[in-house]
Amino acid sequence: MSKSVYIGELEDIPRRGARKVEALGCDIAIFRTGEDELFALEDRCPHKQGPLSDGIVQGRGVACPLHNWIIDLGSGLARGPDEGCVKRFAVELRGSAVYLGPLIGNEAAPEASLAVEAE
Amino acid sequence: MSTQKQKLVVVGAGMASGRMLEHLFEVAPEAYDVTLFGAEPRGNYNRIMLSPVLSGEKTFEEIVTHDEDWYRTHGVTCRFGESVTGIDRKAKQVHTAAGETAYDKLVLATGSAPFIIPIAGKELDGVLVFRDLDDVDAMSKAAEKPGARAVVIGGGLLGLEAAAGLQARGMEVTVLHLMDHLLDRQLDASAGHLLQRELERRGIKVHCKAQSKAILGEGHVEAVLLEDGTVYPADIVVMAAGIRPEARLAVDAGLHVERGVVVDDAMMTSDPDILALGECAEHNEVCYGLVAPLYDMARVAAKTLTGEEAAFKPVETSTKLKVTGVDVFSAGDFSTGDGTEDIVYRDAARGIYKRLVLKDDKVAGAVLYGDTADGAWYFQLLKEREVVRDIRDRMIFGQALAGADTDPFSAVAALPDTAEICGCNGVCKGAITTAITEHGLTDIDGVKQYTKASASCGSCSGLVEQLLAMSLGDDYSGAPAVKPMCGCTHHGHDEVRKLILAHGLKTIPEVMQALEWETPDGCSSCRPALNYYLLCAWPGEYVDDAQSRFVNERHHANIQKDGTFSVVPRMWGGLTNPNELRAIADVADKYQIPTVKVTGGQRIDLLGARKEHLPDIWSDLNSAGLVSGHAYGKALRTVKTCVGSEWCRFGTQDSTGMGVTLEKLTWGSWMPHKFKMAVSGCPRNCAEATIKDFGIVAVDSGWELHVGGNGGIKVRVTDFLCKVESEEEVIEYCTAFIQLYREEARYLERTAPWIERVGLDHVKEKIADDAEGRAALSERFFLSQKYAQRDPWAEQAGDPGTRRSYSPLRQKVIA
Repeated sequence: MSKSVYIGELEDIPRRGARKVEALGCDIAIFRTGEDELFALEDRCPHKQGPLSDGIVQGRGVACPLHNWIIDLGSGLARGPDEGCVKRFAVELRGSAVYLGPLIGNEAAPEASLAVEAE
Repeated sequence: MSTQKQKLVVVGAGMASGRMLEHLFEVAPEAYDVTLFGAEPRGNYNRIMLSPVLSGEKTFEEIVTHDEDWYRTHGVTCRFGESVTGIDRKAKQVHTAAGETAYDKLVLATGSAPFIIPIAGKELDGVLVFRDLDDVDAMSKAAEKPGARAVVIGGGLLGLEAAAGLQARGMEVTVLHLMDHLLDRQLDASAGHLLQRELERRGIKVHCKAQSKAILGEGHVEAVLLEDGTVYPADIVVMAAGIRPEARLAVDAGLHVERGVVVDDAMMTSDPDILALGECAEHNEVCYGLVAPLYDMARVAAKTLTGEEAAFKPVETSTKLKVTGVDVFSAGDFSTGDGTEDIVYRDAARGIYKRLVLKDDKVAGAVLYGDTADGAWYFQLLKEREVVRDIRDRMIFGQALAGADTDPFSAVAALPDTAEICGCNGVCKGAITTAITEHGLTDIDGVKQYTKASASCGSCSGLVEQLLAMSLGDDYSGAPAVKPMCGCTHHGHDEVRKLILAHGLKTIPEVMQALEWETPDGCSSCRPALNYYLLCAWPGEYVDDAQSRFVNERHHANIQKDGTFSVVPRMWGGLTNPNELRAIADVADKYQIPTVKVTGGQRIDLLGARKEHLPDIWSDLNSAGLVSGHAYGKALRTVKTCVGSEWCRFGTQDSTGMGVTLEKLTWGSWMPHKFKMAVSGCPRNCAEATIKDFGIVAVDSGWELHVGGNGGIKVRVTDFLCKVESEEEVIEYCTAFIQLYREEARYLERTAPWIERVGLDHVKEKIADDAEGRAALSERFFLSQKYAQRDPWAEQAGDPGTRRSYSPLRQKVIA
């Protein structure tokens, strides 16, 4: 089942920018695009673990600050010739409030850690 | 057979005669001794490209078509700046102030003169025309005055190009046009109004149905008065109300002259030894002003001179307006009348208007505004008088959709070989593709050289590129002449910078909009570059976009491989003291900095700081008087020094003091790339000044200045710039050099590759030889420093909101 936690306001995240969130037992980067869409990915580049939240947001992608890998915000996949994938999380905007949801995809969702953290 | 060469005298050194001489030398290089008279004090240049010179998008050098070398190689005797005052047809001589020159054949190519409307005040100072380089210079000079105002009389092609150019130069511009709508000879009313709206959006005022009554002013222009009583204040008035063939010489010589010098199909005047061509000539009661028919005349005249038979046949012409960002195309007849039908497409939101006029199932005219991609195709249908019955329901959407083909080259692939690609030079598709295969051409320069396509106004270069791509397939590597900044645009760095200035673009979204960026918000290559270009272009005005900065410049620290940061406070000229060192030691303890290291730039690096600690670290360092060292920035890094005459027994000058002074003046300035300086107190050069971007080596009698050194991947020793005597001079030369680099280098280009690209002579010319230019550069640098010298650490740490942004968000527990 999907549980979401409130992590902050939209204005806490700069447009065409990102903010790191410590939640669900790992560092998650919340991205806000130029069109005010929100995306949440694990804050670790699949290449050398660079903090994606410090990258440059371009369209629906982010350039890792360490070696300029471009990660697609929608799919979590590295673009171009690079290969790699980042964990994706659900994120949603309710009014101006930003809620982080569980892991998306085939990997087991960290429901347990969510429960622990939410205590 | 006589070995004596015939004497050919050409009056007028413009585009028509220039092209004629090219043809003549190709076919019969030895036939004539050529003497070329020109009223302007210079040789032939591409006059139609004066508009981009006026707007600042091109330099005059870029539009010169025949330079001294060319005239020398072809043995042309140049008499530029010398006006021909008369022709003695009996004696076969032309007269100038210097005397007589004999001819066997004479060619008149005197062009045209701007039409000055006969109203009061037309002789005042400040009433200008737009005809030659001197006019452009006069207009540019007038634009230098802040807030200067220009009134352009005439809303035709020339007037609008002048207006756009003057506006790009910063003038407040009003266009007065006699008719109902702009470009009334090229556009219909709808397109004319779209154009007017676009120009007004850019800040050019347009007044149609404007009947000028008088130009007011005492000695110098002050205003223009209209018949309806409106007064427009003006510092200059540009007359662009049309041109008149310049035929006075021919009239005086008794040749047959109507509106222009009357010529037959072979370009011969009523005197068989005198030819005329270009704008001064009249053929079948028509005088021509567009370049394409003039070039045809040039070809015919060259043949006539070599005894070959040739005849000039007027062809349909199409026009484009050369104002960046405004796409206008028109061809044929678009007046509605008996038996004509219109097909119209409008998309007001995107500012697109297309209109085709059909007559008897054929295209009679086409007007395109906003999207002119299919202009060549419609023009082709028009010239070929093709029956378009079968495609008329789709043709307005363009060739690709009319043929339902999505191949990117479909439009150009579908053109027949006879389709004209370059209107200026009358080059058709077949000629280009043949030249590509026959001569193995691989780039647009080659095509220009062999066919002249895209060598005049350049508006067909996109089509030529497509033909190259189509002919060469995978072997085509694109246009090497201009490398795009990145995949988001086809513009190169230099082009973008020029256009930012020319159009007064002041934000990143504005640049992307005006220059038609192909991605919604750019990428990690172009955004930092644009941010820098705008910052450099509009000091104090442009608001820095943090999200377009690389992480280091956004967080004012250097990211390390594990995502932590390094912190380097500034140590002026490499000097420090116990207080500063104590503060650094305290910070290292308090925030558990794992590594403390001395840098190559004579300061101390605190490595392994956590991002969320940065604001606290900065506050602590600030309280001891330490500020950001910009060790993370494309900016002034350090000024390395030796101890100099204060301590060293060999020192000749106070190098440390000089280093501190320079660092205090230059810190905080953003640059295309990092910038390092050093000052050595004697030629032993302990500060290693000769591998710095700007290096100073003290000698007994002054300071030697060195530029363009680099200790990076590719070591480069500096070039010697010059030697100066005083500290004031060092400061002026140094700041001028920095500013030149800031304004001219491409983003992420260090001084070393920049100097290799533009040449040391260029830098010397600007910095060492030109005292006035140097002072102006230095002044611009100090102006930008006024806004740049703020400690970013204090700014970031001082703002609670910004401070918080360095820490992660945390999930809040909600019941």
